[in-house]
Amino acid sequence: MTVLAVAEHRRGELRPVSLELLSAGRELADATDGDLHAAVVSGDVESHADRLNREGVDTIHAVADGEEFNHDVYTQAVTQLAETVEPTVLLAPDTANGLDYAPAVAERLGAPLLTDALDLSYDERLTVTRERYEGKVETTLDIDAPQAVVTLRPGAWPRADGTGDAEITAFDAVIDESLVRSDVTGYQEIGGEVDVAAADVLVAVGRGIESEDNLDIIRDLADALDATIAASRPVIDNGWLPADRQVGQSGKTVSPELYVAVGISGTVQHVSGVRAETFVAINDDPNAPIFEVADYGVVDDLFEVVPALTDRLTRS
Amino acid sequence: MKILVTVTEAATVDTVFEIDGLDIDDRYLSTDLNEWDAYALEEAVQLAEAEGGEVVTVTIGSDGVEETIRQALAKGADRAIRVWDERLAALSVLDPLTKAAVLEAVVADEQPDLVFTGVQSADDSFGATGVALASRLDWAWGTIVNDLQLDSTVAHVTRELEGNLEELTDIQRPAVLTIQTGINEPRFASLRDITRAQQADIAVESFAELGLDDDAVVPSIERTDLYEPDTDGEATIFEGSPDETAAELAAVVEETGVTR
Repeated sequence: MTVLAVAEHRRGELRPVSLELLSAGRELADATDGDLHAAVVSGDVESHADRLNREGVDTIHAVADGEEFNHDVYTQAVTQLAETVEPTVLLAPDTANGLDYAPAVAERLGAPLLTDALDLSYDERLTVTRERYEGKVETTLDIDAPQAVVTLRPGAWPRADGTGDAEITAFDAVIDESLVRSDVTGYQEIGGEVDVAAADVLVAVGRGIESEDNLDIIRDLADALDATIAASRPVIDNGWLPADRQVGQSGKTVSPELYVAVGISGTVQHVSGVRAETFVAINDDPNAPIFEVADYGVVDDLFEVVPALTDRLTRS
Repeated sequence: MKILVTVTEAATVDTVFEIDGLDIDDRYLSTDLNEWDAYALEEAVQLAEAEGGEVVTVTIGSDGVEETIRQALAKGADRAIRVWDERLAALSVLDPLTKAAVLEAVVADEQPDLVFTGVQSADDSFGATGVALASRLDWAWGTIVNDLQLDSTVAHVTRELEGNLEELTDIQRPAVLTIQTGINEPRFASLRDITRAQQADIAVESFAELGLDDDAVVPSIERTDLYEPDTDGEATIFEGSPDETAAELAAVVEETGVTR
C-alpha cells in the first residue's frame, strides 16, 4: 500500500502537524510494507520538502503552483497527484485549511472521507478511530473501499524525526485558473488589550457560567488569585467577554503556571490550547472531558465552589 | 435571493449514560437544533430580511427530527424540506459525502443562489459536508466564515483560522459557505412564531422524488465499536461540601506558589 501525506504551511512556515502526518503515514505503510509519499503544494516548496525529508519518507512531491494556501489550487493539485500516485490512504491535517480542501479531493476521487482521526490501523482494511458527542465516547470505523481520505487531529501523533533519504521530485499539476474561484486577499490578527498567553495565572470561564451577569464570581476569584480572566469559545460567541480572552485552537495557546477552568467542558478545541503546570477544573459533569486533562478537579456546582474558593483564598 | 440552509439535529449526551451496542442508549441523548446551524440560519434570515428573498431549510433525517425542523421554521425559515429514504436508514454511518450527494439533488430542485451550512455538527463533527457539496455542485466555497459581506457576484468572507488569525477571502457566487458560531446573534423565537411553525407543512422527499438512484449511497463505512475513552491521567477529584472542596483547591493553589 502507498500512503500520501499532504503537508501544511502558512505564511512561509511548515506547520508541525505536517511532521505528525509523516509518523501516522509511516505506521500505516509499515502495516503492509508499503511506501510513504509526502506532498507539499505552493510556497517555497524546496525548503518545505527538505524539512519533510524525515526518516521513513520514500518520496516527496513538490507542487510549485501558488504561494499561500488556496483551496481551489490545492484541490486540483492534490486530486491530480492522488490520481498519479494512487495512494490507498491520503492523509491531510484536520485543520481549518485541511478541511477546506480534503472533502473536495475525496469527492473527486470517489473515496470515503473520515475527518478528525485520533488513531489509524490497517489489517486488510483501514480502521479509523474518531470521537463522537464532543469526546464523551470514541468509535471505530472500518472502511470498505480501495482508497480513503483521512484528516488527522493535530497533536494525536508524534512528529517524525531523523533525516530521511527521500527522493524529492517536482510534480507538474495542471491548474485550471477558471476553476480558481476564491482569492485570498489578506490576513488579520485578532488583537486586543489583554494577552492571555502572557499570564502566569489564568481563571478560564466557559458555558457553565450561564450568563454575563454571573461573571462577577469569576472576577472575584481572579482578583483573589491575581489572575487574568480567559474564556472558552461559547463565552466569546455570546459576547460576554471580548475575543482577546479566548483560549483554544482558534484563540490563543497558553502555558501558565496555574490554570483554573470553571464551567468548561473541555472540548479538544479548547484544551489543545492549554499547557499548564497545574490545571484545576470545576464542573458539575463528572464525565466532562476537562477532567481528563486537569490535575485536580471538583465535580460540583460552580456557583457554590467558586465563591467558597475565593473566600478561602482571601482569608489566607 | 434564495438561500438554502442545511439544518441538522444534533444530540448531546446526559451526564450519566449507558452505551447500547454501537451507540449511546437513546434515553441518555437529548436532541436540539445543531448550534452551528442556528448561526447559519440566522445569517440567511438576516440577509433575506435586508434584501428580500426566501430561506429554505433542508434536513436529512427520519420523522423524529421534525421538532428540530420546526425550531428552524420558528426562527425565520420560510419553508422546510426533509429528506429520508430507507437507503439512508440502512447506513451504519451517515457520512459527509453521502449527505452531499443527497443535498446536491435538493439544490438541483431548489436552485438557490447560496447554500449555508454550519461548520460542523455538535455530535459527529465531521465538518466536511459543505465543501463536499460545493465540489459536487461545481460551485465555489468558503469555510469557517465568521464575517460575510455579499455583493452581486462575490461573497467577501472572513475565515477563522487557528491561533487568532483570520483569512480574508473573496469567493465567486454561487457558493456554499460554512458558517462559524459567533458570526451573529441567533434570535429567540416568539410564541407566535413557535405556534406558526407547529402548523407549517414540512415537505418530505424520498430518493425517488429527488431523482436519486441506488448509486447515490455507497455504504463503505461501518461502525464496529463505540466505547468510553481511556481515562488515563484522570484528575485527582476532591469530594465533599463546597467548603471542603474549596479548601482542598486552595491548598493546591498554595502549593503552586503563585499567590506568594
